Amino acid sequence: MNSAHAPVASTTPPVNYLNATHGIKSWLLTKDHKRIALLYLVSITLFFGLGGLFAGLVRLELLTPQSDLLQPETYNKAFTLHGVVMVFFFLVPSIPAVLGNWLLPVMIGAKDLAFPRINLLSWYLYIIGGIMTLAAIVSGGVDTGWTFYPPYSTSSPTHVVLAGLGVFVAGFSSILTGLNFIVSVHRMRAPGLAWFRLPLFVWSHYATSLIMILGTPVVAITILLLAAERVFGLGIFDPARGGDPVLFQHLFWFYSHPAVYIMILPAMGVMSELVAAFSRKNVFGYSFVAFSSMGIAVLGFVVWGHHLFVSSQSAYMGLIFSILSMLVAIPSAVKVFNWTATLYKGSISWDAPMMYAIGFIGLFTIGGLTGVFLAVMGIDVHVHDTYFVVAHFHYIMVGGAIFGYLGGLHYWWPKITGKLYNEYWARASAFIIFVGFNLTFFPQFIVGYLGMPRRYAMYPPEFQVLNVMSTAGATVLAVGYTLPLIYFLYSLVKGAPAPANPWGAKGLEWTIPSPPPTENFLVTPVVTEPAYNYNPGREVEVAGR
Amino acid sequence: MHAEHSTHGHDHAHNPNLQHHFMDMPHQQEASTLGMWIFLVTEVMFFGGMFLAYIVYRTWYYQGFAEASHHIDLFWGGFNTVVLICSSLTMALAVRAAQLSNRRGQIINLILTIVLGAVFLGVKGIEYAAKFRDNVVPGRNFEWHGTDAVGAQIFYSLYFMLTGLHAIHMIIGIGLMLVILWMAWRGRFDASYYGPVEISGLYWHFVDIVWIFLFPLLYLIGRHAPLTF
Amino acid sequence: MAEHAHDPHAAHGHIAPISMYLGVFAILMVGTAITVGIAYIDLGFMNTAMALAIAVTKATFVVLYFMHVRWASRLTWVVIAASIFWLLLMFFIGMTDYMSRDWMGVPGR
Repeated sequence: MNSAHAPVASTTPPVNYLNATHGIKSWLLTKDHKRIALLYLVSITLFFGLGGLFAGLVRLELLTPQSDLLQPETYNKAFTLHGVVMVFFFLVPSIPAVLGNWLLPVMIGAKDLAFPRINLLSWYLYIIGGIMTLAAIVSGGVDTGWTFYPPYSTSSPTHVVLAGLGVFVAGFSSILTGLNFIVSVHRMRAPGLAWFRLPLFVWSHYATSLIMILGTPVVAITILLLAAERVFGLGIFDPARGGDPVLFQHLFWFYSHPAVYIMILPAMGVMSELVAAFSRKNVFGYSFVAFSSMGIAVLGFVVWGHHLFVSSQSAYMGLIFSILSMLVAIPSAVKVFNWTATLYKGSISWDAPMMYAIGFIGLFTIGGLTGVFLAVMGIDVHVHDTYFVVAHFHYIMVGGAIFGYLGGLHYWWPKITGKLYNEYWARASAFIIFVGFNLTFFPQFIVGYLGMPRRYAMYPPEFQVLNVMSTAGATVLAVGYTLPLIYFLYSLVKGAPAPANPWGAKGLEWTIPSPPPTENFLVTPVVTEPAYNYNPGREVEVAGR
Repeated sequence: MHAEHSTHGHDHAHNPNLQHHFMDMPHQQEASTLGMWIFLVTEVMFFGGMFLAYIVYRTWYYQGFAEASHHIDLFWGGFNTVVLICSSLTMALAVRAAQLSNRRGQIINLILTIVLGAVFLGVKGIEYAAKFRDNVVPGRNFEWHGTDAVGAQIFYSLYFMLTGLHAIHMIIGIGLMLVILWMAWRGRFDASYYGPVEISGLYWHFVDIVWIFLFPLLYLIGRHAPLTF
Repeated sequence: MAEHAHDPHAAHGHIAPISMYLGVFAILMVGTAITVGIAYIDLGFMNTAMALAIAVTKATFVVLYFMHVRWASRLTWVVIAASIFWLLLMFFIGMTDYMSRDWMGVPGR
């Protein structure tokens, strides 16, 4: 139901950012944030496929208790590369580089990000880092786990330095994206667009960018130190020469814990947009949700020691990290409560984006709660390095972040491409993905609690039934992920043209054509009303300042 | 939903250096300066990780650190500190010259900055060569005649990593300055457009600040104690 | 946001006299000399404290005057303060682990 435009068939604007210029150079040398977002979309999808292939290898091997499909050394490479590719080349960039790059300037009423050429550079750095990591994979891979812990990573005969440097370069891509977002939100907002009138998507990307800026450099130096260990034989982390391997863990997790908030905060931003649009209501407690994004970003930096509970980190620090890790759940819970309250008495429609949003709320809650279990040091000691941890983070990363990414892709697809996808297939896929996901990962909570360790090619035979269930789920999930690839591509060729506002939603992005012109706005908008202004008369809480 | 009006027409008298997604030159310069400051934040955390490693190992191996630091040639370290401070002065004066549309001032000060930076790197080359000669390079026949060889080797690992990374930043800085020098030579900068000079200056000063901390932390530990070997 | 300058070629930004830059330069040189000088006197833990205090002072002068932060926007001040805060946070929490490692009396904890 559209409020702003007639619901009859629309035509794609004749000149838009997709066809304004032609030829491969106009794409590879573009400064348009929307085209750069599409460059990212293609490359990220490719890496997602690669990471998924490695996951497939892992799950296939785990069908049987013995290490029969893969040698243990090969299995080690499979789970390592699944982690490296998924974390650094899919999850960290995905929503910010695709949806953030495309939408942030539009949502703040700007023609582009503050630094368009830096934006393009960030994509090239991503590609270069990706090629370096691919080179490491093709030359034989890495077997240290995506966490690269010394002393093994110092002596491993695999291509640690090449893969590590690929991640290092990709980290710069991340830093430049965050830098661009921060300057843009501070200095490029349209007239009237006060901070508390911004969509919550912008707030969460701003908070994500803060984490990218403050955290990524630390993992960068950590990787360099590890590379120097291997190449120059320095001995900084080598216990035989007086080094402390736990120092690596401190430096590594100083970034990698906040990194998980880089992966989930943008999805939470998408969630706020979806829940508001498909309940046709203002997000309940807007300022609480905005502040909770900042709270997650800040608190996320002081909990990294919960990854070191079973190391020689002092028990007193373990205690402090344990308490802080429980506290960091609070802002996330605030968001879940507020989204739920938004749904209450809203006018709910079950379009595909909303299916992903509802799925997110349930799955993220399970993932988040199990995170609190892990924050309790006494419990973590028993389930550390078991499948319980694996299930926990996949509930958040897949049930949370990927559901957010897919929900956002569906919601904004008409705007980005000017085409409507097939809603029937989209809803079917969302359902299949939801079922496949739970079938894959819920058994892992059980088998992990029962003691099955992670990162092993073999396991005790009594765990086989649950592992078979998990692999079956992974197969369903793979089918589920392939379907959107098909119907999205199909929509590009045969999809109906999308109107400017197919969902009848509020937001600056829905006021411009689908797809929009290169400069987004022909005249700079002036914003006079709060975000999500669905029921202006009824609203008691005024979000604008 | 919102009113729309044009906030600026097509002002054909605008500065040719203005990028069109910005309102005017001050807006553009302010944004680019903010961008450079945020980049410097990442550099703070980048070096910061290694400084944490330094702090940890200095508390563990103070004896080795003090012995090793005492044996580093203070003359070259002090000389390089003076060189870098001078280069920061010339850099700041280059920015000032650009602010005053003074092309000659920019060129002279930028050349001085580059030369001083090159001198710094040359001295580092001398220092590194000395370390190789004295076999205090970790992982390469490291020999230590003091009491804490383990600590000394860790010190030298950090010495090479910290000063090496700093030197790489200096090389990048010199490259940056060569570009700025070429642009200044072409008369590209004046009072209305000197952003690139300013932000390159910020980078240069930051690299100087890192050295301001590295100098006492690497060269001045335990200097008061007598040399025992 | 910045207002329109009617003259697209107008100057902007604070311009300091050369004497200011020379003055800061002198302070940096004096600070360096003092740092080297007191390194030769045994002051116990104060050696490190004084060396760091002088380094921080020198850095402050570079930031405020050479990098023009004295005349910069409040946002710039916040950015700089945040970076220092986060750096110290990393040092503090990291070092607290190392300092508290032997407190429990249990081997390895």
